[in-house]
Amino acid sequence: MTTAMVTAENVHKSFGHVEVLKGIDLEVRTGQVFCLLGPSGSGKSTLLRCINHLERIDAGRLSVDGQLVGYQERAGKLYELNENQVADQRRDIGMVFQRFNLFAHMTALQNVMLAPVDVLREQKKDSRERAMQLLERVGLADQAHKFPSQLSGGQQQRVAIARALAMKPKLMLFDEPTSALDPELVGEVLDVMRDLADSGMTMIVVTHEVGFAREVGDHLVFMDAGVVVEQGAPRDVLGNPQHRRTQAFLSKVL
Amino acid sequence: MSGQPASTDAKTPIRAIPVRHWGQQISGVIVVAVLVALLYAVATNDNLDWSVVGENLFGPTILSGLWVTISLTVLSMIIGVVLGVAVAVMRLSPNRVLNSVAGGYIWAFRGTPVLVQLLLWFNLALFFPRLGMGELSLDTNTVITAFVAALLGLGLNEGAYMAEIVRGGILSVDHGQSEAAMALGMRRRSTMFKIVLPQAMRVIIPPMGNELITMLKMTSLVTVIAAPDLLNRAQTISARNFYIFELLIVASIWYLVLTTISTLIQMQLEKRFARGVAGAAPRRQRVLRNLTPGRVTSPAAAPGAQPVGTKGGAAS
Repeated sequence: MTTAMVTAENVHKSFGHVEVLKGIDLEVRTGQVFCLLGPSGSGKSTLLRCINHLERIDAGRLSVDGQLVGYQERAGKLYELNENQVADQRRDIGMVFQRFNLFAHMTALQNVMLAPVDVLREQKKDSRERAMQLLERVGLADQAHKFPSQLSGGQQQRVAIARALAMKPKLMLFDEPTSALDPELVGEVLDVMRDLADSGMTMIVVTHEVGFAREVGDHLVFMDAGVVVEQGAPRDVLGNPQHRRTQAFLSKVL
Repeated sequence: MSGQPASTDAKTPIRAIPVRHWGQQISGVIVVAVLVALLYAVATNDNLDWSVVGENLFGPTILSGLWVTISLTVLSMIIGVVLGVAVAVMRLSPNRVLNSVAGGYIWAFRGTPVLVQLLLWFNLALFFPRLGMGELSLDTNTVITAFVAALLGLGLNEGAYMAEIVRGGILSVDHGQSEAAMALGMRRRSTMFKIVLPQAMRVIIPPMGNELITMLKMTSLVTVIAAPDLLNRAQTISARNFYIFELLIVASIWYLVLTTISTLIQMQLEKRFARGVAGAAPRRQRVLRNLTPGRVTSPAAAPGAQPVGTKGGAAS
């Protein structure tokens, strides 16, 4: 029996007058590789960003590892968390962005070392050692002293994964990690993600890589226009989609 | 590269007669002639006693003024930069009060001439005869000396300009950078000082160098409140010996020396903060390239001319 890592209950989110999430109910179990699929603007990235409170939800409840995201419940009342408490909540949720967002003024190694030293107050020496191990794990130990601009997109994204892992997260969020990459660089990033999945990491992956979802994913959710259209085992959803919207989408992607 | 019509063998260099820019050559000759004539006129002018320039250039009075000018510049810049960063961060804060106070400060100090501000600080005693409260108060005129008034006037004015420069720099940093820092659990202060500001520096340094040079020259305004700066000292001497033009030249030579030094410092800083930016040629190379006649402007020939990839673009 596995426990729930992320639970979303009737989550709503609007940007101005546009409602992006229209009542999302989901459960991500510990150790699961949870894939979110859907057309652009379907709200999947927004949902991901809500999970680490980069976006604030308007209604519903969202919790990670049993803790409400961005709020605290005491005696039946919700209290908003302050900035620093929100920052503390984000510590153990790693995030990988579409555009990598490596710190441009730091080398790969410095990128990976920064947060453990700054946030977890680790000793620089220990942090450097672990950062090197992580870079080795993503196959970039030899590039440790290069700046992001000197690395290829695939290498940058692998450094970004190592950077997120340095915080020893219990959950990893991937926001279209391969969408900004040249086709031939996609594989190296997916390989790293596959290794990570094998190590038992709980992962939520927003992706267009149907192949990855099928092979690595444990659960697949198809979203459109702010609602969950269909979900289930990737093989079932991809192989035998029930909903017309899913069929139409897959016929274009596959 | 493009095709080479004169030869089928790609390895044979093109032999062609270069285009002659007759207009450029003629105007060049004219300009050089005028410059030579001007230099000759200056060097041989009987009304200008170069020995007076030489005597005073390293005279103790001038050197003491030089020292005041340098310390005023450095201290005012430090006040300006610290204030500028603080005000810029306030200006970008979601807190309305901080935001408005910062906006008001910039409005007031950029909206009045620095000369007026200097005079206001110097005459502060007319408004607040004593500073402090009760027993712990001091006579304003003993606190606000000419030097302190100069420092306040120049520093606070600079702060308003620096605030806008720093704000521009902060806004130039891709939002994804602070988002990534937040996602790692970094607090706002760390994100600002470790991620955003270091990258903003690349945009801030060139205008800050200009500000430093402007400040060097602006210090000469403190002559009006009798602060003993370089210009003030030069004028004190010429008030005694009537070699007005010679002493202004002495002052000019020192101002030129100082601005040249600060330009060199600026170049070093730019190099330092261009770290991690693809294709950012040091400024010296850019300047030299721009000065080279008939320079080639194709991106291939000028490695620094490529668009700068700061936003995580692949540069494989």
